Amino acid sequence: MRLYVVRRLFLFIPTLIGVSILIFVLMRLVPGDIAEILVYQTGSESSAVQQKQIQKIRQELGLDQPVAVQYLAWVGAAAHGDFGRSYAQRRPVSDILRERFPRSMELALLTLVIAVVWAVPLGVVSAARQNSALDYLARLVSLSGLSLPLFFTGALMLYGLVRFFRWLPPLEFVAFTENPLENLKQLIWPALAQAYYISAPITRLTRSQMLETVRQDYIRTARAKGVAERSVMYRHALRNSLLPVVTFIGWWGGRLLGGLVIMEIIFVVPGMGTALVQAVSQRDYPTVQALIFVMALVFLLVNLFIDMLYAWLDPRIRYA
Amino acid sequence: MAAILARVVTRQPLGAAGALIVLALILIAIAAPRLAPHGPKEVSFAPYLAPSAEFPMGTDQVGRDVLSRIIWGARMSLYVGVVSVVFGVTLGSFWGAVTAYFGGAADAGSQRVVDSLMALPPIILALSLMAALGQSVNNVILALAILLTPTAARTIRSVALGVVATPYMEAARAVGSSHWRIISRHLIPNCMAAYIVLVTTNVSYAIVVEASLSFIGAGAPPDEPSWGGMLTAGVQAIETAPWMIFFPGLAISLAVFGLNLLGDSIRDLTDPRLRGGLG
Repeated sequence: MRLYVVRRLFLFIPTLIGVSILIFVLMRLVPGDIAEILVYQTGSESSAVQQKQIQKIRQELGLDQPVAVQYLAWVGAAAHGDFGRSYAQRRPVSDILRERFPRSMELALLTLVIAVVWAVPLGVVSAARQNSALDYLARLVSLSGLSLPLFFTGALMLYGLVRFFRWLPPLEFVAFTENPLENLKQLIWPALAQAYYISAPITRLTRSQMLETVRQDYIRTARAKGVAERSVMYRHALRNSLLPVVTFIGWWGGRLLGGLVIMEIIFVVPGMGTALVQAVSQRDYPTVQALIFVMALVFLLVNLFIDMLYAWLDPRIRYA
Repeated sequence: MAAILARVVTRQPLGAAGALIVLALILIAIAAPRLAPHGPKEVSFAPYLAPSAEFPMGTDQVGRDVLSRIIWGARMSLYVGVVSVVFGVTLGSFWGAVTAYFGGAADAGSQRVVDSLMALPPIILALSLMAALGQSVNNVILALAILLTPTAARTIRSVALGVVATPYMEAARAVGSSHWRIISRHLIPNCMAAYIVLVTTNVSYAIVVEASLSFIGAGAPPDEPSWGGMLTAGVQAIETAPWMIFFPGLAISLAVFGLNLLGDSIRDLTDPRLRGGLG
């Protein structure tokens, strides 16, 4: 197991470095830097004065240095949790992260719980009664979940709420610690819409895994020795089918932080996604870099954890 | 011919339905100039007109005919979807096949690049690419192609690793074929089935990502007839003009549904394990 952990970490660290370089380079490709935007916004002075101001801002922000130097300075500070100052919001980026991260995280967890509670049992039932009316219904529901784009389900849900319940997304975000009920009232709808989308592949995978497992010899043996059908399904088949499902759920869970951006926009949730879209349009490099980096970091950490869990549960992987 | 068609329909009824939808989509896209009653950017009516005989799907926030924009939107979606997928998957497949063939440090290094690219949430990667490239239809295609490349590289690499280990590859090396000849004559043709599946299953994905990008305002310029962009305008006018959500949303869903059905059945047909169909 220790060897596996070490080998897995050897994959994790270069990937993390790769991600940080990628994000940094990507942001340096953006045309029109913040110094120009800041100066031309105020823009009443002559162009010579403006040029001077641009130079001064570039110097202050370190934008006049080589990209490699800027990158190392950024990584060095980021390792200490310092992501610099937001150009647009004029406050430390870590403040923005501290404010936005818990909100998106809560929405992601809520989504994941709803999706799993709904999708896994549906997949099991669908497989246990293969080709029954229930199975077809479950497959239809999950297929439609795959075909309806997120922003369409989200928009439809918002329309239903506006039209029939006169509900509008609140403009002020209420934290769970402040008022749990108000908080859930705000987050439950985007979570439901997102959960409907991600539950489709989970249902399909659970179903196909179950169908594959029930064709195994040990299931036939269990049946032959007279184990009750219920017990065969849940004790033998389900347990052995769940491993890939767990990995897949983990993969989706890690993806969610960035994937929630559309729901956050539709339901006006001031989370990481909305902050990112805004920061991109303002060319606010430090904020964009930090937000994307945290999203990628969470994804990589969740994957690392899932792989460890998988290896711990299934010895075949450890020794492969 | 008719007999073959009948067999396909009975063996893969869902796939046939998907093919029909996709065919309709292609025809609409080709015949857009003849089918659409108005131009896609023609602003000549009152804004927010409800659906009526004259405007079956109403008009939008600046007074353009929604039906016409949906018909032109089919052309846009299909164009962006197909071109970006062919471009991105081809590039990625080539990358995956070549690194699998040579192996070693180049392969390991390239896999870390793929890991890094895949660690970024797809929408976010596309969003930052669009910010870097600037908003235009061709840049959407480029951003989508870059998004699809690592996934294709990873999939084709795993297929190619299997091919590289086969005796006929060894035989080709033994008779002294050059690397280029082995790759182009033996390796790539044996990865073609996986390549075709990748292309067909990813077109719907690309269409959705294109629409998502337009939806968050980072896709094609807003006056281009993109289904996703039309939906954004609909969400902003959700109380007054709900038809602006329904029709573009239905158009995307139907297109994606058809492409998914077709893609699924092509995958089933090319995967020998699924032939005869237990699925």
